Amino acid sequence: MSKLTLTTEGETIIVVKRRFAASPEDVYRAHMDPALIAQWLLGPDGWTMPVCINEAKVGGKIRYEWNNGKGGGFFLTGEILELAPPHRIVHVERMHMPSVTPDNRVTTTFEADGAGTLMTVRMSLPDAATRKMMLGSGMERGMEASYARFEALFAKGVAA
Amino acid sequence: MLDTHKMDATLRALSDPTRRAMLARLAQGEATVSELAEPFAISQPAISRHVKVLLEAGLVEQSIDGARRPCRLAAGGLRELDAYLDMLRHALERNYDRLDRLLQAQKDKRKKHP
Repeated sequence: MSKLTLTTEGETIIVVKRRFAASPEDVYRAHMDPALIAQWLLGPDGWTMPVCINEAKVGGKIRYEWNNGKGGGFFLTGEILELAPPHRIVHVERMHMPSVTPDNRVTTTFEADGAGTLMTVRMSLPDAATRKMMLGSGMERGMEASYARFEALFAKGVAA
Repeated sequence: MLDTHKMDATLRALSDPTRRAMLARLAQGEATVSELAEPFAISQPAISRHVKVLLEAGLVEQSIDGARRPCRLAAGGLRELDAYLDMLRHALERNYDRLDRLLQAQKDKRKKHP
């Protein structure tokens, strides 16, 4: 079941929404406690996070390092700008791949939603050079644009 | 090779509701500029400017068919954005599925050891 929605807003913002069957307190903690973060913030299968630092306070540092066990890896550094537990986290992050990407300011909110939590993540759409770096050579395979998917992504406010 | 400058033009083009509505119309089939203008209470020059932005962004192409100049969606106009969002969605889904399992495991543990 895909419960995740990903939409773009204007030219530069991506908004991700996802529901969880747990309290805002639990979901918030899973985003701030390194012992928990290292268990899920891993991306594609096969990657691990051997270094997971999150100082969990305003002005605190974030450092996550990922490794695919095959010599591939990159890391992320960041700082926490605002915290309002268990409802809101604002931080800035950048990736080192190894060239460093521009700062991405991320606002994450957790709202009680019935017995669960609605999480909303607002982040910057990376610039063209960063997207290209993240996509790597996979892009050259030439994925065809799907206008059906386009409609799903941008439908909001379009249907007249 | 990807044209990253064109990609930024694509995002700018998509950031306007009138242009998104025009693209949604063109997703149903080709249309002339005046047909595209019909649903909107805005001037012809304004419509032409919107069409120009879409053409320059590579989202729309225009052909010449006698006196008609129909517009249609350009194949591959969203390729890079689409691929990037697809990759991001995939990575996030994996992460949040793992987080679901972690949250459930925590709940189960609390139930066993309240």
